[in-house]
Amino acid sequence: MKKEKTAVKLKQELIVFLVVIALLTFFCLASENFRQYTTILTIMDYSYYIVLMAIGVSFPLITGGVDLSIGTGLVCYSLAGGYLILHCGWPVGLAMVVTVLFGTIIGVINGVLIGVMDLPPFLATLCTCMITRGLGSICSQNTGISWPTAGQPGSWFRSIFKLDIGGTKIPLGFIWVLLLAIMMHFVLRHTKVGRYIIAIGSNKEAAILSGINVKFYHIMAYTISGLFAALAAIAYSAVFKTVLPGTGAGFELEAIGGAIIGGVSATGGAGSIIGTFVGVFVICLLKTGLPFIGLQANWQQIVTGFVLIGSVMVDIIKKRREKK
Amino acid sequence: MGEVILQMKDIDKSFPGVHALDHVSFSVEKGEVHALMGENGAGKSTLMKVLTGIYTKDSGTITYEGKEVEFHNAREAQAAGVVIVHQELNMVGHLNVAQNIFIGREFKKGIKIDDKKMIEESRKLFEKLNIDIDPTATMSDLTVGKQQMCEIAKAISHDAKVIIFDEPTAALTEAEIQDLFKIIRDLREQQLGIVYISHRMDEIKVITDRVTVMRDGCYVGTLITKDCTKDDIVNMMVGRVIYEEPKTKSMVSEDAPVVLKVEHLNAGKMVQDVSFELHKGEILGFSGLMGAGRTETARAIFGADPKESGDIYVNGEKVVINSPEDAVKAGIGYLSEDRKRFGIVVQKTIAENTTMANLSEFMKGIFINKKKEKKIAKELADSLATKMPSVDELVVNLSGGNQQKVVIAKWLCKNCDILIFDEPTRGIDVGAKNEIYKLMNKLASEGKSIIMISSEMTEILRMSDRIVVMCEGKKTGELRIEETTQEKIMNFATRDVG
Repeated sequence: MKKEKTAVKLKQELIVFLVVIALLTFFCLASENFRQYTTILTIMDYSYYIVLMAIGVSFPLITGGVDLSIGTGLVCYSLAGGYLILHCGWPVGLAMVVTVLFGTIIGVINGVLIGVMDLPPFLATLCTCMITRGLGSICSQNTGISWPTAGQPGSWFRSIFKLDIGGTKIPLGFIWVLLLAIMMHFVLRHTKVGRYIIAIGSNKEAAILSGINVKFYHIMAYTISGLFAALAAIAYSAVFKTVLPGTGAGFELEAIGGAIIGGVSATGGAGSIIGTFVGVFVICLLKTGLPFIGLQANWQQIVTGFVLIGSVMVDIIKKRREKK
Repeated sequence: MGEVILQMKDIDKSFPGVHALDHVSFSVEKGEVHALMGENGAGKSTLMKVLTGIYTKDSGTITYEGKEVEFHNAREAQAAGVVIVHQELNMVGHLNVAQNIFIGREFKKGIKIDDKKMIEESRKLFEKLNIDIDPTATMSDLTVGKQQMCEIAKAISHDAKVIIFDEPTAALTEAEIQDLFKIIRDLREQQLGIVYISHRMDEIKVITDRVTVMRDGCYVGTLITKDCTKDDIVNMMVGRVIYEEPKTKSMVSEDAPVVLKVEHLNAGKMVQDVSFELHKGEILGFSGLMGAGRTETARAIFGADPKESGDIYVNGEKVVINSPEDAVKAGIGYLSEDRKRFGIVVQKTIAENTTMANLSEFMKGIFINKKKEKKIAKELADSLATKMPSVDELVVNLSGGNQQKVVIAKWLCKNCDILIFDEPTRGIDVGAKNEIYKLMNKLASEGKSIIMISSEMTEILRMSDRIVVMCEGKKTGELRIEETTQEKIMNFATRDVG
């Protein structure tokens, strides 16, 4: 029985994985320019922050909620960290810690608003989305901020994600995000936090009546989301040269889309982080690949939209079948 | 009394596994108030749903105003003049009174809704009914009683000839009930046929002309109200043959230690000053009619709903229970009447459901020890004789009886000594029922103490050592099984303010 069940779960992740392979093959065949090492680097650069956000946002999604504040949050945390380095002279390491703390705190606030005060997740995180966007602009005094770039002191942090060995760039970040994904996969599957977050999304009332402290685990879900948005902020700062205030809105949609393509149930109660990880690459591949075959970035959004509809339909049809 | 306006004859209706209506006949005359009485599940609501087209009858005829009719939905019935005033009100709180009364059939002036005319018509309607309500008032500002008057006015405005009141006084104050009765009497004067469904014996005596009693989907008889006594009606309601052996003697001695003591518990209208004791090894039955406040009492004790006042003692020690978490810590487990909604997580495995309340016991560092989880779940499932392919099976694939066993296993896993079973056999077939009964007896003999809320008289009589009877949020009686009769329970369960 168990084998069959894991087989089904793996199958879903496997399908998404095969989709990624298929997309890669397709773009490689269709465009000569795509078959370059630099393309891989570009895809990787784009993927890190989305993957990290997606890992985090999977937890609120699995409780049956959503976190819309991660996109603008990311930019806000990044700007705050950058400000500390540029204008206060903080070392990069310390600024990174503060950045992570900042995101975690916003996550806790979301969790309290939703888990304790009973605000609808959509509304609560929309509010923190607006608040972080405003805060980000204030932190940066309305100008773009760059974390240390090559040659400047503190630029070592960029090599966490892209190691430069004698001119050859190695996308080291992939290993870190993969490790984080595996770690969170285990948190979801094999720890109390994960088990109860799934229980909340699956049947909140039953969870309450089982004596589970639902408020606490609700807060945990959003805290994880905030924490990973902040990790995404560091990845974003490392990959891109300048962070602009007022941006970030819309990032969360790519992350949520990736999670859902990867099998996180749009209505909560089910999902896997490895699935999320693979799902994000579908989106990243479309985003970087489509321009190579002559389709504008706008087309990428349309295609992604349809892919999302498809994967949500799969989820719904599956649920309907289970009901019978 | 006048001519017959509505005649239902030989109405038969079956649902899978249940013969809900067994050739029931029922008639209403012009200018009478006809009470329809019976225990929970006697078939009153089903009969009315067949009448108004919500259910399709299997056989039988409905004659209305001399013609045979068959309504296909509530709207058709309404259009013909057969209207139900529901217990729960169907009003849009933000709209005003007139807008509510004419909702779905607004007067138009061109493309614009003619609010003025609607207000005018409402005013006329209220005058006719002698009701003092401002048609321009916002609905949510009115008291429940006033809202109900609006519901009645709405029914009348459909040009109703037969009005069915389904427990109309459940939410009303004494004064509002008097106002309602005045309106019902007026309607009777105007030669409408009125069906009055209620559990309140004293109201039946005051307002109705005839009483029809149903039991287990069958028609029992019709009495002229003023010629009969309350006892006559109660006897008709409960005069059932008990197939299963009722418990005649409790094996629990009266001085068995008290494991749970509840004192002066208050939680809203449905739980008023409830006190009782639960002894070790005992099954304490909670009996009463629908809406008596039994589930609410259980939920308040368990901390699932807030309570206003009252003390709870577990094993002689006072405990503070503000959430289910506190209750579970105190060793109380609650098995909800609605398993699917409150009891189990259907998309999870048996093992995962079993350990849900006690996961801390299964941790190895920060990880869940799935091996141990499965082992314990398997042991519990075996001891409860849960039928399943393995503990990795999803709970959704189990039958109702086996799902119930998973919930029991959950609480046994947590070592709860006090178990509250809320309608333990609802939706479970007969064979599985017996198994659940056996299991409950076994648990009690092993020293667990059980509160069993049940709406089935046979279940109460078969399982309980003592019985607490509730009515409208108050405890109205307590019986030892040796002295219990169906009549005694029913007398406590029906309100008689006298």
